[in-house]
Amino acid sequence: MTSSTARAGARRRTDHGAWFLVLPALLPILLLSVGPLLYGIALAFTDSQAGRTEPTQWVGTLNFQDLLHDTLFWDSFRIGLLWAVGVTVPQFLLALGLALLLDQRLRLRWLARALAIIPWAMPEVVVGIMWRLVYNPDAGILNETLRDLGLGDGRDWLTGLATALPAVILVGVWAGMPQTTVALLAGLQNTPGELHEAAALDGAGAWRRFRTVTWPAIRPVALAITALNFIWNFNSFALVYVLTSGGPGGRTRLPMLFAYEEAFRYGQFGYAAAMGCVMVAVVSVMLAFYLVGRLRGGDDA
Amino acid sequence: MTAPRTGRAGRAAQYAALLCYLVFLAFPFVWLVSIAFKPAAELGSLHPTWIPEDPTLANFRQAFDEQPLLRAAGNSLLAAASAALVAVVVATPMAYVMARRRSALTTAATGWVIVSQAFPFVLVIIPLFLVLKNLHLINTLAGLVAVYVTWSLPFALWMLVGYVRAVPRELEEAAAVDGAGRVRVLVSVTAPLLAPGLVATGLFAFITAWNEFFFALVLLKTAEKQTLPVVLTHFLGAEGAADLGPLAAAAFLATLPSLLVFAVIQKRITGGMLAGAVKN
Repeated sequence: MTSSTARAGARRRTDHGAWFLVLPALLPILLLSVGPLLYGIALAFTDSQAGRTEPTQWVGTLNFQDLLHDTLFWDSFRIGLLWAVGVTVPQFLLALGLALLLDQRLRLRWLARALAIIPWAMPEVVVGIMWRLVYNPDAGILNETLRDLGLGDGRDWLTGLATALPAVILVGVWAGMPQTTVALLAGLQNTPGELHEAAALDGAGAWRRFRTVTWPAIRPVALAITALNFIWNFNSFALVYVLTSGGPGGRTRLPMLFAYEEAFRYGQFGYAAAMGCVMVAVVSVMLAFYLVGRLRGGDDA
Repeated sequence: MTAPRTGRAGRAAQYAALLCYLVFLAFPFVWLVSIAFKPAAELGSLHPTWIPEDPTLANFRQAFDEQPLLRAAGNSLLAAASAALVAVVVATPMAYVMARRRSALTTAATGWVIVSQAFPFVLVIIPLFLVLKNLHLINTLAGLVAVYVTWSLPFALWMLVGYVRAVPRELEEAAAVDGAGRVRVLVSVTAPLLAPGLVATGLFAFITAWNEFFFALVLLKTAEKQTLPVVLTHFLGAEGAADLGPLAAAAFLATLPSLLVFAVIQKRITGGMLAGAVKN
């Protein structure tokens, strides 16, 4: 055996070893994640229903044609976009502010960091319950505070047609702010301090230092986390399910809630799968943004 | 980072802003705790106070009477602990391969890890529901654990790849030169250095499963099998009517394990997971 074939043999052996190492994770991924995803896409082209005795049939694009005319779905789609943008943008701005503060040498910094864990660690169901207690029309602290400040007699925020969506959006912002803050803070702490000092010596004000030094440094992180937040928010379920169950009158019915009801309350599996496909399409656009941000981040690192 | 000097007015503004953040972050939780310890009479008051005037544990007792909280917590614990354990055991070898070599397979795996962040879960849960139903795994914790394992794999892989990369390759090579076999190197050199990362990853997988709601809602039908988040929603009752005190008490209790675990692993997660999520 020549040395080169021996080496090739060794490499093949290690490759087998690699497969052996990868398999335990790969199998569940293929069986329980990739497989169901493909199956789900296939279901969108069938008339699959819960508890039906006749065999499921292919119906081509019928579900999608129905979806096209389903005004309730498009309402929920619009609400989903409003919610995703309405949560993601303030979440980012607030998180950026907090990250910039936490990057300074301030006294209560540790407390803010500790408190920021709370929304992150809490089960979404508990976050929803907690805010229902805050919003409670009679026993809630929000209305009581407003009364104390002389700002009206308070109202039933979660059941008001006009207030329900803004009210759940506020909860979404609160719940997702910590992750964004931590990501941005990580980005900030990779920014070389000398650049700031140099810019300050050149007489740059705070805003100019932010624009010319801080922002370029955290831009890739900011882009990536914003895209991810949009995706997560657009797909979210538990928070709004607990807060309003989609009410009042569908004003907070996010696409996930709609699809969930369609699938597991009315048993329309094929139709709900078609909704899922449409959601994937929306989210793919943001995923492309995310990948771009990530690649740029990789270049910088 | 050493920030340039800020003027006194700037400092004051910074503290004022920080204070606003502290209040915003803390007040809902303070309110939850306050309600959890308030007697029924105070909850009926039209002018609620921040601090219970006559704190009581009655809400906690009533919460346990109304819903099977202990059994639900047991289910959550069992599901989350098994899922975390299996996820770490299964993900570690793959993460090792992903961190140490580049091949088409590892690139594909990385791609999948990213793409899986974007799944609307409804598209995955319908087929899973049908498959688990055929396997008679609906309304079993085993079915739920299988879903949780798969679901926590992307993040587990992400975190673990970072931890493996942090173990210097030279250490492994030096041990190999000294004549240690491949398995020996992994067990006696790599594993000990990786251990804290494995624990952090496992705890994170534990929390995600402990907090998870959507899959549990769909897959678990009977109260005996349901996990804590699902049972908590039973307190809400029909038409949003709720017994506020017991609701708050139960919600408060459900949060404690997560908060404790999170406090322990917080630093590792922020370093490992988010750094992984936003840059490679």
